[in-house]
Amino acid sequence: MLRIKRVPTVVSNYQKEETEEAAAAARRVSGCGRNCLNKCCIQGAKLPLYAFKRVNKFKTEMGVHGHEVREPEPPVAFLDSLVLGEWEDRVQRGLFRYDVTACETRVIPGQYGFIAQLNEGRHLKKRPTEFRVDKVLQPFDGNKFNFTKVGQEEVLFQFEASEDGEVQFHPSAPIDVENSPSVVAINVSPIEYGHVLLIPRVLECLPQRIDRDSFLLALYMAAEAGNPYFRLGYNSLGAFATINHLHFQAYYMALPFPIEKAPTKKIISTGSGVKISELLNYPVRGLVFEGGNSLEDLSNTVSDACICLQENNIPYNVLIADCGKRIFLLPQCYAEKQALGEVSSELLDTQVNPAVWEISGHMVLKRKKDYEEASEENAWRLLAEVSLSEERYQEVNALIFEAIARGDDANGGVAESVIGEADAKPKSGGEVDAINKNSCPAMVSGTPECLVLHGSRYCGLMIRYCFYKLASAMTY
Amino acid sequence: MDSQLGLIEQSFNNRYTLWVHEALDELPDSFTITDPSISGHPIVFASRGFLKMSGFSRAEIIGRNGRMFQGPRTNRRTIMEIREAIREERPIEVNLLNYKKDGTPFWMLFKMSLVFGKEDGRATHFVAVQVPIVSRKHMRNSGMSYSEDGGGSRLREIVFGSCRREVCSDSLLDLDRVLALDSDDTGLEIEDSCEASDLEKRKAATAIDNILSVLTHYSQLTGRLVCGKRCSLPGMGFISSSLYISLGRIKQSFVLIDPHLPDMPMVYASDAFLKLTGYDRNEVVGQNCRFLNGVDTDTTVLYQIKESIQTEQACTVRILNYRKDKSSFWNLLHISPIRNASGKQLASTFNSTSFTICPVEIAYFAAVHTEEGCRNQDRHGLSLEMRQLSAIGAIKVAVRSLSMGAGPSKS
Repeated sequence: MLRIKRVPTVVSNYQKEETEEAAAAARRVSGCGRNCLNKCCIQGAKLPLYAFKRVNKFKTEMGVHGHEVREPEPPVAFLDSLVLGEWEDRVQRGLFRYDVTACETRVIPGQYGFIAQLNEGRHLKKRPTEFRVDKVLQPFDGNKFNFTKVGQEEVLFQFEASEDGEVQFHPSAPIDVENSPSVVAINVSPIEYGHVLLIPRVLECLPQRIDRDSFLLALYMAAEAGNPYFRLGYNSLGAFATINHLHFQAYYMALPFPIEKAPTKKIISTGSGVKISELLNYPVRGLVFEGGNSLEDLSNTVSDACICLQENNIPYNVLIADCGKRIFLLPQCYAEKQALGEVSSELLDTQVNPAVWEISGHMVLKRKKDYEEASEENAWRLLAEVSLSEERYQEVNALIFEAIARGDDANGGVAESVIGEADAKPKSGGEVDAINKNSCPAMVSGTPECLVLHGSRYCGLMIRYCFYKLASAMTY
Repeated sequence: MDSQLGLIEQSFNNRYTLWVHEALDELPDSFTITDPSISGHPIVFASRGFLKMSGFSRAEIIGRNGRMFQGPRTNRRTIMEIREAIREERPIEVNLLNYKKDGTPFWMLFKMSLVFGKEDGRATHFVAVQVPIVSRKHMRNSGMSYSEDGGGSRLREIVFGSCRREVCSDSLLDLDRVLALDSDDTGLEIEDSCEASDLEKRKAATAIDNILSVLTHYSQLTGRLVCGKRCSLPGMGFISSSLYISLGRIKQSFVLIDPHLPDMPMVYASDAFLKLTGYDRNEVVGQNCRFLNGVDTDTTVLYQIKESIQTEQACTVRILNYRKDKSSFWNLLHISPIRNASGKQLASTFNSTSFTICPVEIAYFAAVHTEEGCRNQDRHGLSLEMRQLSAIGAIKVAVRSLSMGAGPSKS
């Protein structure tokens, strides 16, 4: 079992070390006095509630299809206003551990414009904690810190789908304990202005793992905020998630992230219209998902890919950018390298944990020396260590595409006989034969072998993927 | 809306005179001109060629933002590149997919350039030229075409040729069908990407030159000269066009005060502020906001404000203010310091004659005004306090992010 010593990041004013926590638990009587979200304090609690409109189709800005929107540029969207206002309110109430707007930040000159921030206040606890990094899926542990333990004042509002298809806002709505709401809370150690946590179904205490519903919620939040500079991020366990309680992060940065500037090369489009590309000329290898006939289609495709990675124990990070229209999926292996002692001490000394924001190009640095010497080269070198090797990346991609094809097929394809075994009997009437289930990894290595023929959508997608691989191989 | 259109016409004519419309209409090219200092960064001029190409009428375009021509297949990364070029105030040339009024997508070469005020170095307008791409370069996916011309079928041969097991003939037909599935659902054969030819690029460059020379010429008539390159460095109190664009999205009544300039003038005033107080922009920008005070304004409140500014604290006060027409109103005023990101000076400090010494990391003070007695909750249900705070938050994000970068390009 691989372990590394890590310094946790404090995200809540009520986050304590595990040992302290156990002692506190022993002492606790009814009403822990912290006004948290647990059974002890939640009864009768009220929070603002934002109910978003379930817009399945991406909003097109075109005025052609009937509705004439006379407004030249959409003003700050309502959800955007709410997050900003509530966050500023907590600033003025002194709930943050430091003023993030006083943290020096600059864009490093170079082609990509990596962003370096000097933040000494974020990682104050010096006592190291052991955190198991070799398992992406770990069960929820109520004894460790989780978001039911945050104070209610750290929670900004509940975030739910509206019943009637219109945006609804209630400045003070009771919390439905039976149907745990999803909430948005502040991160008391913010990286940037507006740094919040989206916690799906907080009272259900879900472990840090993506499922279709929670990813869709995150995508709705990105779309609803309508601000391309408000991005959401996700870190799996093993990819520097700090807390094993399902959550996404988000904050405002009115600059492009380097990863958003990287060129991409289209691989395929799925049956549901999702375009999948690979990142080019960027230190970390990854996939980019865009389009989709609906928000849900895009969400499901990415979720299926994430679930595949989780189940194959591959740590990964996800960046939701461009109001939910561009999603980056980045498998990584830095923690494993660290545990195996394969990372240079020079890089280790910076104590940068390359999570989704760092990989996207926003580097939070603890030492003044690192901040002043920050360069595009240094950033590139660090991130290159995070990336999977080309070979491993291709293997992982093959797994991902297989999973997506299966999901795509299940969704809408005309499912013909889905045959999993190499020796399945041929069916009558022109249905397709099974050939070889695991042929695609072989495809990856450049030798075209047999094609798996499942349902027509699965078939189509995998064939297009294989064509892409062949064409790439042929260009050398 | 009329006031917006009126504002647009007025600002354009003020700089170039009425006659510029005629001169611009004589140019055959398709182009649009936008004004970043107007809230929403709207189009203020669209050429005849543009109207013809896009199928829209002038009334449908003027006052709206250029993103109205984008659609589902417009490349998101290209949109980001354009947005960043605008934010960094630099020219850009990209291949872009736009949509006509009837919904037809088409590829064009999008070339955008800037017009700068000669004296103050500010970016006054963005000029965008659109040259439709007519050259037929099919570039799909990884350079493979599924058409009959050799490439695709050869590939197909390789794949099927190496198939080790039997594939029944029906499934081959299936394969043909699924291969074709990659083309556009709408049935329009629209490429994933497109490259403009040299001829088209030259056309765009010539168009830009022509437009710039018309604008330069007509700006001489009003004395408010412009040029195609930034000729002078923006002075103190400079608000870049990208900050204008960000601030223009905030609908509350607010001003930005620059504490480093003598007498701490306002350097930005939102449209809502002008509406609330009845003043015109040129009457207030550059002035200290004491003009809002009057005979019955409580001086202890003024002292409170001054103290908060000196101690860099946010404060909320209730103060009696006066409009241009001398009527008074109770103003729930919220003032907050806004930091820049670098900890370094943004502008040269002015020390001895300013009445307050301000640390250099504070870029501005933002003052948000709300008239007491206005509806306490807006139509969404956000309280008055929350609305004020959200304006502060939006300002903080805008100023902070803008001060992280290298700033507007100097060329």
